[in-house]
Amino acid sequence: MNMIIALSFSTLKENFYNDFIVDNRWKWLVDGLGVTLKVTLMASFLGIIIGLLVALVKVSQFHGRKIPVLSQIADAYVLVIRGTPAVVQLLIIYYVIFASVAIDKVLVAALAFGLNSGAYVAEIFRAGIQSVDRGQMEAGRSLGLSYGLTMRKIILPQAVKNTLPALFNELITLLKETAVAGYIAVADLTRAGDLIRARTFDPLLPLLAVALIYLVIVLLLTRLMNLLERRLARSDHR
Amino acid sequence: MIIVENLNKKFGELEVLRDISETIYNGEKIVIIGPSGSGKSTFLRCLNLLETPTSGTITIDSVDITDPKTDINKVRSQMGMVFQNFNLFPHLTVLQNITLAPIQLKLMNESEARDKARYLLERVGLMDKIDEYPGRLSGGQKQRIAIARALAMSPKTMLFDEPTSSLDPEMIGEVLEVMLELASDGMTMVIVTHEMGFARKISNRILFMDEGMIVEQGSPDQLFDNPQKERTRAFLSKVLTR
Repeated sequence: MNMIIALSFSTLKENFYNDFIVDNRWKWLVDGLGVTLKVTLMASFLGIIIGLLVALVKVSQFHGRKIPVLSQIADAYVLVIRGTPAVVQLLIIYYVIFASVAIDKVLVAALAFGLNSGAYVAEIFRAGIQSVDRGQMEAGRSLGLSYGLTMRKIILPQAVKNTLPALFNELITLLKETAVAGYIAVADLTRAGDLIRARTFDPLLPLLAVALIYLVIVLLLTRLMNLLERRLARSDHR
Repeated sequence: MIIVENLNKKFGELEVLRDISETIYNGEKIVIIGPSGSGKSTFLRCLNLLETPTSGTITIDSVDITDPKTDINKVRSQMGMVFQNFNLFPHLTVLQNITLAPIQLKLMNESEARDKARYLLERVGLMDKIDEYPGRLSGGQKQRIAIARALAMSPKTMLFDEPTSSLDPEMIGEVLEVMLELASDGMTMVIVTHEMGFARKISNRILFMDEGMIVEQGSPDQLFDNPQKERTRAFLSKVLTR
């Protein structure tokens, strides 16, 4: 019994050496993490911008100020994005839309995930804007502020605060979703772990390491959100 | 001067206002009374187009505000409104609540707006709350701030939509006092309220509305002491004996 444990422990040690130390393979994970964070950051930035614009178009509908063509585009966009898998969207954007264009795959991935996230962020913002009391818009308008100015100065600041937890949730989802970027051969974190597995034939340690790294990032993000929420609660006297 | 001609408002099938014509002269203090659902608030909200009339015209100082070409924001900036639920901006301090519109609309620079806010807060007796957030204020304080916020735009007319209806009884007085003071300064005021004693004290004319129409109107003495219409009498007997 003791011998078996000792044996498996020494295999583990050897595998660890092969997986991470030989060829400086740990650096693959570090580089992969860098790519994952880069894609996530760019995509979330793009997603928030698209999401905000789409949400504004959608709530203007709700406020009885219909913008005919734009609101149809917004509805179609959300429908298509939410109705199809992110991987398929990524593949279409890479192999169809950018088929004959030489472009950095990381950028393609960021664009695809940003477009994807935008639809979800749009719904988050829309719900957030509609959760602000109707009287706020009326009060702003009654003072002579335009619709846009009331939106910017009165409605959105309150809406964004309300949606912060949901936005962080979306960011976490997005981070993990980028794991499929390997489909277009982007060397992200998941891809790096998988490459090590293919090289050393040891699935356990590289994939465990990858999972652990995602977990730590998500934990950090959650911590950040709690901090931010507490910070905002301090100015919240409602 | 506000001239309302043949004003109609429908919510779907429901006729809320039926063919109302009325003139409000500068400096008048009009109080609108009537049972709930009679269209009082809707009528008031039509005056600054928070509700869009189904038909009819509203002319303010010879500008037809129901004309789509009219700059409604400009019209509204000269017409303050106070709401039943205060509608202060919870994410802004009292000072910022008051200065936001004058600064954003470039009527004043920041220091002018701040001076005006201080003056108004002094007037409504809430100078010490200048840096508070609305969430920390009582209902009566919130409503006085809301009045100050509307006054910061130097409006020609003030509309009050049941300004004391969501207040605890002990806070009603402080709000009414501010309104009385405003009235004595010559402000044109249109007030929807259930406070009959106050209505009598502040108004020069009372409109009694029922089922979307102005059933009867007159000076407070006329209307309260000698109502002509049966419906007016029935309403008053219910609210005055309480």
